[in-house]
Amino acid sequence: MNRLGTVREIRDAFRRGERSAVDVCTEALSCIAMRDPELHAFNTITGEQALARAAAIDSDRARWIDRPLAGVPVALKDNLCTRGVRTTASSRILEHFVPPFDATAVARLESAGAVIVGKTNCDEFAMGSSNENSAFGPARNPWAPDRIPGGSSGGSAVAVASGMTPLALGSDTGGSIRQPAALCGIVGLKPTYGRVSRYGLLAFASSLDQIGPLARTVEDVAIALTVIAGADPADATTAAEPVPDFSAGLSSHARGMRVGVPQTLVDQGVDGEVTAAYRAALDVLRDRGATLIDIDLPYAGAAIPVYYLIATAEASSNLARYDGVRYGFRDRGTDGDSTHRRDLDLKTMYARTRARGFGPEVKRRIMLGTYVLSAGYYDAYYLKAQQVRTLIRRDYERAFEQVEVVAMPTSPTPAFKIGERVSDPLQMYLADVFTVSANLAGLPAVSVPCGFTGNGLPIGLQLTGRTFEELTMLRIAHAYEQGK
Amino acid sequence: MPVGFSRSEVQAIAALANLELDESELDLFARQLGEVLDYATQVQNIDTTGVPPTASLGVRHEADRADLVQPSLDRDLALSNAPDASLEAGLFKVPRVIG
Amino acid sequence: MPFEAVIGLEIHAQLQTASKIFCGCSTVFGAPPNTHVCPVCLGFPGALPVLNGAAVDFAVRAGLALGCRINDRSIFARKNYFYPDLPKGYQISQYELPLASQGALEYTVGDGIRRVGITRVHLEEDAGKSLHEGFSDSDRKTYVDFNRSGVPLIEIVTEPDLRSAPEAAAFFARLRAILVWLGVNDGNMEEGSLRCDANVSVRPAGSGAFGTKAEVKNLNSFRFLQKALEYEIDRQIELLREGGRVRQETRLFDAASGGTVSMRSKEEAHDYRYFPEPDLPPVVLDADRVDALRRAMPELPDARRRRFIEQHALPEYDAGHLTESRALADYFEQAVAAGGSPKMVSNWMMGELARALNDNGREISDAPVTAARLASLLQLIDRGTISGAMAKGVFEKMCASGRDAAEIVEAEGLSQIDDEAQILERITSVLSEHADAVAQFRAGKAAALGFLVGQVMKATAGKANPRRVNELLKRELGGGSPGT
Repeated sequence: MNRLGTVREIRDAFRRGERSAVDVCTEALSCIAMRDPELHAFNTITGEQALARAAAIDSDRARWIDRPLAGVPVALKDNLCTRGVRTTASSRILEHFVPPFDATAVARLESAGAVIVGKTNCDEFAMGSSNENSAFGPARNPWAPDRIPGGSSGGSAVAVASGMTPLALGSDTGGSIRQPAALCGIVGLKPTYGRVSRYGLLAFASSLDQIGPLARTVEDVAIALTVIAGADPADATTAAEPVPDFSAGLSSHARGMRVGVPQTLVDQGVDGEVTAAYRAALDVLRDRGATLIDIDLPYAGAAIPVYYLIATAEASSNLARYDGVRYGFRDRGTDGDSTHRRDLDLKTMYARTRARGFGPEVKRRIMLGTYVLSAGYYDAYYLKAQQVRTLIRRDYERAFEQVEVVAMPTSPTPAFKIGERVSDPLQMYLADVFTVSANLAGLPAVSVPCGFTGNGLPIGLQLTGRTFEELTMLRIAHAYEQGK
Repeated sequence: MPVGFSRSEVQAIAALANLELDESELDLFARQLGEVLDYATQVQNIDTTGVPPTASLGVRHEADRADLVQPSLDRDLALSNAPDASLEAGLFKVPRVIG
Repeated sequence: MPFEAVIGLEIHAQLQTASKIFCGCSTVFGAPPNTHVCPVCLGFPGALPVLNGAAVDFAVRAGLALGCRINDRSIFARKNYFYPDLPKGYQISQYELPLASQGALEYTVGDGIRRVGITRVHLEEDAGKSLHEGFSDSDRKTYVDFNRSGVPLIEIVTEPDLRSAPEAAAFFARLRAILVWLGVNDGNMEEGSLRCDANVSVRPAGSGAFGTKAEVKNLNSFRFLQKALEYEIDRQIELLREGGRVRQETRLFDAASGGTVSMRSKEEAHDYRYFPEPDLPPVVLDADRVDALRRAMPELPDARRRRFIEQHALPEYDAGHLTESRALADYFEQAVAAGGSPKMVSNWMMGELARALNDNGREISDAPVTAARLASLLQLIDRGTISGAMAKGVFEKMCASGRDAAEIVEAEGLSQIDDEAQILERITSVLSEHADAVAQFRAGKAAALGFLVGQVMKATAGKANPRRVNELLKRELGGGSPGT
């Protein structure tokens, strides 16, 4: 369904007075109404607010006309705080939580004229690669609804890929924007760590999380990134790095650009069709003027275990605040009807609230993370992982002395069937093999569609760039997009 | 050598994490945690002599926050999500803490 | 077998910043519950800490005043545990790399100066307040107020250098005075802005090894501190003498019984799973910033005390007393600058002025006689215009009326009689009235002179210059010493 158009088209049409914000919003909402019952991209649809907002924009054109996202419908992953709008992280423990503030990235979208239409489904607390870990049911891949859309930002990817909204925000800790983008055939970008404020993003792993845009074109993603990026006094980990217009200077060639091709990594357990699409994509890049250079990332194989040790450790701490005291679900110890309700003691209240409020994957990761940080194991696991993380960063620093971007497939396999891997968490974790390094090293990375499998499932090409050089990375991605 | 977890070890971790697990979960997690950690053990074989841990990703603001008082949250709003609170007293409530 | 006690203190001092350590909420004490809160200090999902620069400055000043090395780089760490007034489920503190370390503080106890090592000074955030009493359902519920959550604290840890309860109390008093002196903390133990815990163990006197230590908490006043330590030391010695063993545990001081009670709970040994705080960059203090803070610090009590001894030739005791607070020391120096002789100023401050303040419940900052006025009074004595005895009365009148000394002396005709002729006249009549005293003096009784001097003073309504009276009497009695 492409009736909405791209972000660029919608905004330009609004500026020219050809389409009103209300028209566009109505169209988005009717697409959602038609397709969401099957695809389940959304946890919450804020139809009424969206239309009111669109109307307000239409009636004050002078104020909004120059704004970069004027009248553009946007979907937000449900782990981004939206004031007055339910924010659940797809978890029972926050099923009725209404934040009293907006995430900075959300506030910036609104300042830019965006119209928020709802909160998207995701893996619970962003933990997962398939959107099957949602307490509210899985999201489905619009290309094949019996398959996963990827995760954890599955709902956001589905919303964009199915034409419900031209733009969505997701979050990426180990690939959670890029992998669903690849599996759904759209563009998804994770910025450099520190590029976009995490204030208002429900934290999963603080040193790895980043918020980023999903859209159908590289240009759209660049426009959105320009809006949300930049230092934030509310987030001490954001950088003072100036924000250029990322959508300026996107050309159709990649002349003078050097693309790194890691040798050892690409041959490990990757689906044949994915490898073929990847190789074809490298050819296109070469045609567009880029030079391909073999590079070596010797510690890449350690990335997944390092990621799971660090991410779960940080998560176990970040999720300690979900204790039923100040917000969220609290177990009341109801035994039978309310006349026989027992007051639980505090300790039991905590333990049952969290046991009942969190799903199995979240519990699994909290357990793992708690263990990794516990007395006697900290040095062997957490500290060790942080050291190997340094080695992985150095791998990339060395590679970037010779190239501007590193190219890899985004996901080793196309979308698998819903239910296929739920009982094997380790198998599920291995799906992140190409994406986690960018989080570990704090590097920007983008996934662009690079073909389909024989049975019509999308495949993605991932480009990883140097710290704060999203501009170069996007230019190369755009050149590829134009040339394929 | 496989990293094995006994039920009581899993129980100890669950206690630290304040998670009440039932019998089947204890067994499941014992197995799954063991599998994941087994896999993660390969990290321990990597030589990291002289390699500093990545403490943070080095990005920072120019300056710390100035010591200025900013408006606080409206109290009713602060309490609005509480499972148990006294709006009148303006306080959150929890089961009584013993000790 | 004689035992000796080994005591170390752990002090938590709230810093007197206007806003909290990681958010902009006010730190003012006593506000209605939960009115100084925000998503950050409430630990809401998505909230992030941002460091208050003033908290760092205050902590550095404290570290400098305690003779510590200020570490150019220190790290925040998460201390993970569950408690209702700990909103995030972890406290942001400092662990492996504190802000300051390896200092020492001298203090006076009895008539000697002792020295206690300061192991470390680090920054952390305070928790909220749990209320266990005062509500109709307090038997089943605990109420929680988060106003205090996020107030900046420094934790000061001493080496186990203290050897007795009086030492500990004297040391703590000194530490408190310095923190108040610097304006870093208000010294208020009742309101909880300054808190002290102690680690106590005992060992055979002279032994180098350490015994098992118990932690003693809930020491809300100096009295409690001393009582609790005395009790605990005795308890441990008793226990060991009976062949028992001291258990490593936390004990609370119970004001009602005057003793310490075990806080025995199942998980005695907390596993805090410390790890570096990923949401905050390291605290980097360049030499310039530390130097600027050092230069801007007020002269510290010890330095000032030494200067009073050297520069003003004051005895140790006087200097110590006058430097107990900045206000006292300032008053002293102002009086000296206005012309008062240092020892006299000191005597009067410790004597008459102190009495005047105590009797009316006033502080030195609110003294009824300004330093300059006191100085002018003392100058009158020095010049012989009035006698010391007379001056006391004048001082009282100054306090009551706010008039200055010269004015009062003038108005009431209190000038000292220094005229030889006038005095001799009085002496003559006294000698004739008290022939027996004269005889006693000549018989060798020195006290008789004092009696005669007293009589002359009485006869002049105290206005005669006593030195002159003494001189002249001796002359009239024929010679300097009794028995002649």
